[in-house]
Amino acid sequence: MIDHLPYVLAAWLLLVGLYGVATSRHFVHLVVSLSIAQASTYVLLLEVGYVQGGSAPIFKDVPSATRVVDPVVQALVLTDLVISVAVSGLLLAFIVQSHKRTNTTDPTAPQPLAG
Amino acid sequence: MDAVAPLAMFVPLAGAAVLAGLTGIVHRVVADLYVLVVTIATTVLCAVLLRRTTDHRVLHWFGGWRPAHGNAIGVALTVDTIGAATALLIGVLALAAFIFSWRHLESGSRHFHVLMLLFEGGMIGFALTGDLFLLFVCFELMSVAAYALTGLKMTDAGSMQGAINFAVVNSAGSFALLLGIGLVYARTGSLNFALIGQTLAGHPADGTVAVALVLLVTGLLTKAAIVPFHFWLADAHAVAPTPACVLFSGIMVELGLYGTARIYWTMFSGALVPRQHAFGLVLLGLGAATIVVGGMMCFLQHNLKRLLAFSTISHAGVILVGLGLMNHDALAGAAVYVVGHGLIKGALFVMAGIVLHRTGALDELSLRGRGRAKRMWPSSALFIVSGLALAGAPPFALGLGKSMIDDAGAGYWWLPWLLAFSGVVTGGAVLRASGRIFGGWGSDEGIRYPADTYAELHEEHETDAAHERTPLVLIFPAFALLALSLVVGLWHGLADHVEIAAARFVDRPAYAAAVLTGHDHLISVSTKAPAVSATFIGIAEAAAAIALALVSLACQPVTARWRSKRVDAYAPMAVLRDLHSGRAPDYVAWFTLGLAVFGGLTYVAVH
Repeated sequence: MIDHLPYVLAAWLLLVGLYGVATSRHFVHLVVSLSIAQASTYVLLLEVGYVQGGSAPIFKDVPSATRVVDPVVQALVLTDLVISVAVSGLLLAFIVQSHKRTNTTDPTAPQPLAG
Repeated sequence: MDAVAPLAMFVPLAGAAVLAGLTGIVHRVVADLYVLVVTIATTVLCAVLLRRTTDHRVLHWFGGWRPAHGNAIGVALTVDTIGAATALLIGVLALAAFIFSWRHLESGSRHFHVLMLLFEGGMIGFALTGDLFLLFVCFELMSVAAYALTGLKMTDAGSMQGAINFAVVNSAGSFALLLGIGLVYARTGSLNFALIGQTLAGHPADGTVAVALVLLVTGLLTKAAIVPFHFWLADAHAVAPTPACVLFSGIMVELGLYGTARIYWTMFSGALVPRQHAFGLVLLGLGAATIVVGGMMCFLQHNLKRLLAFSTISHAGVILVGLGLMNHDALAGAAVYVVGHGLIKGALFVMAGIVLHRTGALDELSLRGRGRAKRMWPSSALFIVSGLALAGAPPFALGLGKSMIDDAGAGYWWLPWLLAFSGVVTGGAVLRASGRIFGGWGSDEGIRYPADTYAELHEEHETDAAHERTPLVLIFPAFALLALSLVVGLWHGLADHVEIAAARFVDRPAYAAAVLTGHDHLISVSTKAPAVSATFIGIAEAAAAIALALVSLACQPVTARWRSKRVDAYAPMAVLRDLHSGRAPDYVAWFTLGLAVFGGLTYVAVH
């Protein structure tokens, strides 16, 4: 069971995040919920690359046979973090602009494009 | 080491980086010329690449990290004919979009060119990659560039809504994609398509493999706007700059389906062999739902760009049906269909842009007769021909692809009817709009949803004012795309070439051998002549689309009365339109439901 805990946590984070987005009444809350859903990918990827007793995958000044965690998934997480920052920033900018025009931050308000 | 493949991807990306540094310094004309040179160079590179893939798969290992002892650590571009043809289609559509943008975006956003080049580079990389990491990076690159393009008109509430919905739903899709990549890596220890396929082959798919497949495909089908992951598409298309729409509808959506086919045939086909048919049925079901929902919504729209957007959803469903048949004949049909649809839809968005340029509006009802009053004869002719081609009229490439899918799915009696529905309804909607705008037929009354009148209020930003003449650079891209579609459709022996390419696409062992050992083994397949009846079916569909358009125009007073009273016949359609609420939370709820249903069905089918 304890081995599967990170996977369960990842699934839970994804569902909680998506639930937050689906029930959101404020755009900033919506973006934060989206970030929580995204956190599920970090947890899953880090678990995939985790090695019991492994250290950071940096081979300077240590024997090359040292046990390390998998650097590939860490690179994926890093990429994902950068994307998360870009998308969140973009979304927040859209939200500020939308608020200027419509005077609301409620995503369930009537929308210009409906039907 | 062949440098053409990486150059095809990096020329637009480097071009974007340089232009980003020059923005604000150089004059608009210089920027336009620079972008034109970069795009032409990219398109030529893609064409050269396509030429080279006819007798072998083109491989490029970044940094020279070639596989050793059957283990591939390096990141590879793995280009076969279908991948290179996809990249070429991206190049051609980008070229058309840029030429169109010269006169269309007169106020000119400084970021437009940079974002378009980034978008193009991301898409080409996505089409050429043989590695999950690079696939993810390119997926995100094209996604973020597309979100920013959609939200380019930052002073417009509709643009912000479309961009937010696009970004939120596609982000959810990208989480699913990345979770799937993580699970595949956990199971196989590799990110290389070929190596993953080899590791998974021969063992029945277990729970991890099934969940990974569901997550990967969900992410890609979100990009492909398959029901119920499709809601973002219409909102984004209605507000995005028209040249960006040419790429969104013409190829970005189809790349989601291309990715689905690619990961299935290189990675999962070996593990799913006994269950392939059952998984195919799940895809067929999703495709059928997409065809029907997209087609009905398309016909109910009055905003031209939104109408075309829903038509894209319906046609994406047709392509998914082609994939779901799970054989190389149907895949070949789907490939021709993607080219045919991309060219026609690109032309149609250009035409919508011309209507906007000339009249300052996109609402079909308020535009009634305006095309005739403005004497837009060349535009009206192109519009009508495009509508017929969209319905599947021969000899355009779309009709050829459709008849190839029909032939390949001969076991399902309902398949031709479903495909015909998509063509007749979406083609009929375009013809109805042409009849009303250029012929002045029908009436200008009808039930209006907020989305129908949106363009009237806000689209003026895009072109500064209504113009008296159609500049040649606006109409040329539409004409060229239509002519190309005709050339592809008339290309003698094209079907044979594509069938061979598709047979190689689905040949997982040969793909793995080419990547991991460098020994490319190209099979030859016998192809069969297309049925003569296909031409008649195409003509019948085009005739049905014309009839539908005329009936719809003639009976409008009756249907308008139905709608106003919301009588039973119209009730399901009112429900359907109300479901497309324009609210991001609703769309994510649908995404979650879709993920659960698709996951459940796939698990039953595969396990």
